[in-house]
Amino acid sequence: MNASPLSVPTPGAAPAMPARRVLGAYLAEARSECLRYLRNPSFMLPIMLFPGMFYLLFGILMAKSEGAGAARYLLASYSVFGVMSPGLFGFGVSLALERDNGLLTLKRALPMPPGAYLLGKMLMAMAAAAVVVLLLLAMALGVAHAPLARAQAGGLLLTGVLGVLPFCALGMFVGTLVKGQGAPGVLQLVYLPMSFVSGLWFPLPMLPKLLQRIAPVWPSYHLDRIALAAVGLAHGAWWPHALVLAGFAAAFLLLAARRLRRRG
Amino acid sequence: MTDTPEPVARLADAVKRYGPFTALDGVDLVLRRGELLALLGPNGAGKSTSIGLLLGLIRPDAGRAELFGLDPQRIEARRRIGVMLQSAALPPTLRVGELLRLTASYYPDPRPLAESADLAGIGDLLRRSYGKLSGGQMRRVQFALALCGRPELLFLDEPTVGMDIEARQKLWAAMRALVAEGCSVVLTTHYLEEAEALAQRVVVLGQGRVLSAGSVDELRARVALARIRCLSDLDAAAVAGWPQVTAAATVDGRLQISTAAAEAVVRRLLDADPALRELEVQRAGLAEAFAELTREPSLQEAA
Repeated sequence: MNASPLSVPTPGAAPAMPARRVLGAYLAEARSECLRYLRNPSFMLPIMLFPGMFYLLFGILMAKSEGAGAARYLLASYSVFGVMSPGLFGFGVSLALERDNGLLTLKRALPMPPGAYLLGKMLMAMAAAAVVVLLLLAMALGVAHAPLARAQAGGLLLTGVLGVLPFCALGMFVGTLVKGQGAPGVLQLVYLPMSFVSGLWFPLPMLPKLLQRIAPVWPSYHLDRIALAAVGLAHGAWWPHALVLAGFAAAFLLLAARRLRRRG
Repeated sequence: MTDTPEPVARLADAVKRYGPFTALDGVDLVLRRGELLALLGPNGAGKSTSIGLLLGLIRPDAGRAELFGLDPQRIEARRRIGVMLQSAALPPTLRVGELLRLTASYYPDPRPLAESADLAGIGDLLRRSYGKLSGGQMRRVQFALALCGRPELLFLDEPTVGMDIEARQKLWAAMRALVAEGCSVVLTTHYLEEAEALAQRVVVLGQGRVLSAGSVDELRARVALARIRCLSDLDAAAVAGWPQVTAAATVDGRLQISTAAAEAVVRRLLDADPALRELEVQRAGLAEAFAELTREPSLQEAA
């Protein structure tokens, strides 16, 4: 090799990083993060299998008598159910594990551009969320023949891809609280009860009055409202729910970032 | 500007406490360009803390840590270093080539992929999944990741743990090649022969302080003892009372003597026991010097 920068002895004389290479680093990080999880069946299978099976069972087979409205209603709910898990598990569990196994330490020591690590995980969760929603959409259109306009299907996909973000923030926060192998259990305790009490498994009106009244506390409730609006089954505007979710995401992101900075 | 070139990395009177435990108690460390510095010390001596400070992973409670004259948390400083940590679980589903390309993307002027792979001896592993490699292969991949950014300074934390002798020799050769290129290296290791073979300078840490700093020869010279072993009927306790004998004992049926004046003691031994057999005289190596250095403080504490 000729003219290596090693021979330049003064500080600050390292070659500057061109903006194009910085962008390339962000892209490479996101690409690696997506590849490593999409290639990992023990991550992708549960994420796809549970919402898929639930939807097939409750949304298609058992809801036949209820008419096409039920297939559409449950498509929205199970999409939300499916979208929560890449956020909580893809983000939260992987952060908790990587804080424990040294990968995060190595990344912090390497000159990875700031935020690339979290951004990569976020894009990975969005990609996984898209896969789940597409799977459920294929089942709704192909098996249940639910009457769904192209714009409605697109709206649901968009809801899922963006709706994963507040759950990324929540997962990230839990990932900063719990280290290593304990995280999956804690997140299951968040994931399953929250899905139930916000009416993702059974429609809210079928739940006890108290649960109905406190449902707006849960982010999954708000995402469900938006998903229902996307498939044309909601009363009232969707955007207040989007604002609530944005606030929720920002709050947990700030909490998590503060803990990460303080404790690593 | 002074005559001495700017150090590549520096700790100045660095103090780090974890609760009541003081991990580093005022450590000064200077690393110059093109120098391979071995950082030695028993567990808990402060090696990892020193490296953590220089990498910007932790902040000193007092004193300073600098990389290329900058705060180690500045990305401009870290773009000039390569890192191989003791334990880092890289994503098992990524291929070796993908890991190399990702890490190289962080740097302004990385080596070509093939060159990095060649230097670390992993040219045949590029298409393999990281998770399917053996422990020694993983360490070689981590070494490739450390050097792929064409760093001016390499941090290698116990790099040869889990490697067989051949792989270790290859890694040593690669480290020598990098140093010849002008790269500085901070090496921590448990293998003293590794420090002996590679390091221009050795810093011994103990209980959060620098116990000794200097070349390998200087360190050895600090313990100017030789060890004499032989088969003899002489009484160890009597020999221990001879002038210039530091210690004498019978170990595994052999008389073993430590002394700073091997020649005189050997002469007297041969006079005292004409039947003496299997005489060996060894100079203290780095291992003895290290043991001597790191034993002292605990003895003083016990006294």
